[in-house]
Amino acid sequence: MAKVTKLSRPTLTKSDEIYLIGIFKGTLVTLKHAYQSVFGKSRGADGLKSSGLGITMQYPEEKWDDELPEYYRGAPALVTDEQDRERCVSCQLCEFICPPKAIKIIPGEIPEGDTWAKVEKRPQEFEIDMIRCIYCGLCEEVCPEQAIYLRKDYSITGTSRAEMVHNKEKLYEIGGKRVGLVNKWNELK
Amino acid sequence: MSDQETTTKLLPKDEAAAKGLVNVHIDGNWIQVPKGTRMIEACKIAEKEVPHYCYHPKLTSPGNCRMCLVQMGMPPRPAPGADPVFGDDGFQEIGWMPRPVIACANTVAENMGIRTTGDLVEKTREGVMEFLLINHPLDCPICDQAGECSLQEFSVEHGRGQSRFVEDKVKKPKNVDIGPRVNLDDERCIMCSRCIRFMDEVAEDAVLGFSERGTHTTVTCHPDRKLDSNYGMNTIDLCPVGALTSKDFRFQMRVWFLKETKSIDVNCGTGCNTLIWTRGSQIYRVTPRRNDEVNSEWMPDSHRLAFHEVQGDNRLTDPMIKVDDKHEITDWHTANTAVADALKQFEPSEIAIIASARQTNEELFLTHTLASTLGAENIATVERIGEADGKLISADRNPNTNGAKLILGETTKKLDSIKAGLNDGSVKALIVLSEDIFEAAGFSHDDLANAELVVSSHIIANATAKVSDIVLPGASFAEKRGSMVNVLGRLQRLNQALQPAGNAREDWEIIRDLILALTGEPNDLYMIEEVVKVIAENIPAFEGMTFSKIGEQGIKLIETGVEIPLLTKERERASAGIIVG
Ligand code: SF4
Ligand code: SF4
Ligand code: SF4
Ligand code: SF4
Ligand code: FES
Repeated sequence: MAKVTKLSRPTLTKSDEIYLIGIFKGTLVTLKHAYQSVFGKSRGADGLKSSGLGITMQYPEEKWDDELPEYYRGAPALVTDEQDRERCVSCQLCEFICPPKAIKIIPGEIPEGDTWAKVEKRPQEFEIDMIRCIYCGLCEEVCPEQAIYLRKDYSITGTSRAEMVHNKEKLYEIGGKRVGLVNKWNELK
Repeated sequence: MSDQETTTKLLPKDEAAAKGLVNVHIDGNWIQVPKGTRMIEACKIAEKEVPHYCYHPKLTSPGNCRMCLVQMGMPPRPAPGADPVFGDDGFQEIGWMPRPVIACANTVAENMGIRTTGDLVEKTREGVMEFLLINHPLDCPICDQAGECSLQEFSVEHGRGQSRFVEDKVKKPKNVDIGPRVNLDDERCIMCSRCIRFMDEVAEDAVLGFSERGTHTTVTCHPDRKLDSNYGMNTIDLCPVGALTSKDFRFQMRVWFLKETKSIDVNCGTGCNTLIWTRGSQIYRVTPRRNDEVNSEWMPDSHRLAFHEVQGDNRLTDPMIKVDDKHEITDWHTANTAVADALKQFEPSEIAIIASARQTNEELFLTHTLASTLGAENIATVERIGEADGKLISADRNPNTNGAKLILGETTKKLDSIKAGLNDGSVKALIVLSEDIFEAAGFSHDDLANAELVVSSHIIANATAKVSDIVLPGASFAEKRGSMVNVLGRLQRLNQALQPAGNAREDWEIIRDLILALTGEPNDLYMIEEVVKVIAENIPAFEGMTFSKIGEQGIKLIETGVEIPLLTKERERASAGIIVG
């Protein structure tokens, strides 16, 4: 059985009851910080890239982009390889894994005569609904072709729902070229 | 007393032999299976999975993939003059062989032991998997088989997870056009020869074969031929890997997104059992479903691809009423009331109904009720006779001719009298259900010159819809439930895979609501199950029938004496021991 301990209220002294002293102490702390911020001496201001006044960064005039770590998970985007080949083969695994069902893919065939005809398959259309995306990174995790990456773009805004849907063109624009990945579709393939 | 003694002394082998069975020891349990059973089938009875590629119960067993290796054991042969020793349980001790055997082509014997697990079996499976994967391309992301590929599945279950192969893989032709409906990727082929055997043994058009040798072995089509048999697409289902893929389904959708609905084919009287694969509001493919009484495991390509017809832009999606020679969209209530009001202007003898043997039993029965509500006696169905192909396709291209006969009686002959009636003015109102009177029934626009009212229900904006005063949009085979009686007299079920297009409705509901609009009395038919109940009460052949009793495999309703040639051949081969069946 759980043990029950009965707590009694602390007894307050007369000065505690007035609490004016407490208010006074608090005001002093506030004033100290106000004083320091005006003279640019706020604690942690450097690490937080302060604009000079206190520890506040003036977003969006100032941004923290350079500080973003390598593993930052921003907007998912498609990438091309060294030879400008679309890495995505529209296997639809990301569409399957995506928890909020943000991805919609219409697979397509690469026509004969195309430089990459041997890859046979690439997306006809690839849409990610950024209103739905929760930046979980599962699409990147699951992709067998290293074709989709979460980039550092986090400021995804739009004035309509349609604008918030990234189509294939937009996704490649964000993603750009990514080099040094496994080249599965090499000349041996 | 002595009687009992002899029974207790009877050995399990004698007991089994008396019933034509043998005792087999599978993974620690003794079971009895019929004599002559393949080891793999015995394991199936014992609910032990034996992975396999080349074995298929409907085809011969060449035993060439080696995936089904199991450990076998037999009692040791007694020394000359010695008697076999039986243990307390009545069985002889099993001596296990140090080498595996294939389970697909060997048959069981009395006192045989089979191990589907254990070190030896697991090691051999791993070895076979490694060999199969040596030259296999890393194609899964672009391979249509992914998600339903036995190679993927068994490599996860029995493979070693990582390749030790450092040499260059053998290159083979990819994306080969071997037929109008089938694509071949030789690198993915695992040489199981199922496709070759199917084309030879079932489709009887042996166009496929192996060429080259060793690791260069390649499935090829005869140089002057194409894989163009109307049964060719069955090789796609048979192929355990993605070597043979469908051109129609190529890169359309990954299979794991698709929902399977068990249904039947409605393109001929055979009614092949099918699976309809859908996602959202679209059918992606139709594949055969096993039913040993109807279609074995196959279906003709032409029927498999027929679903495209119901996915066109020409679907009727809203009820329409013709105003000043133009069809205007309306709602169901208005349309039904308009039909009822219009029909009430005519004498019963002036109304004719053209029903269809493409309707389900439920629709036919309600059509019959509609006719009696109206007092109309002129009710006809349209015959569709084609050519039987000597395999599965029957000459009767209506899927429910037998159902129509049972419910409406002999109606095909009445078509001419309706035509004559229209021409001489004795028939003035025409109700056409699920038929196109021009193309299918051979009516001409002149025949309809005197008709004062045409009401039609169909799924497609066809010529009949064009001349109709009121058009009621119905549901395609994939969008409704119902039952049909095939040429064998077997009652089978259609299931709903999709919602009807737009505002269209299931046909039985359309007819029910028409009856309701005419009589104004609710009829308590809210579900198709209730319609079946009423049919069972009214049509003797359906006595005691319910919708759920039909089951997934259908149920024999009447004897017709019709045989399906492909099944007859299959049964002959099974009884000759060529295939398991
Ligand atoms: S990051 Fe997550 S939510 Fe966003 S698209 Fe990828 S899988 Fe979907
Ligand atoms: S991004 Fe990757 S996982 Fe998604 S479809 Fe393309 S290849 Fe497949
Ligand atoms: S056949 Fe199977 S294992 Fe081979 S590429 Fe296709 S899905 Fe992958
Ligand atoms: S193509 Fe498929 S069915 Fe034919 S032999 Fe190869 S793996 Fe077997
Ligand atoms: S299934 Fe037995 S050898 Fe192929």
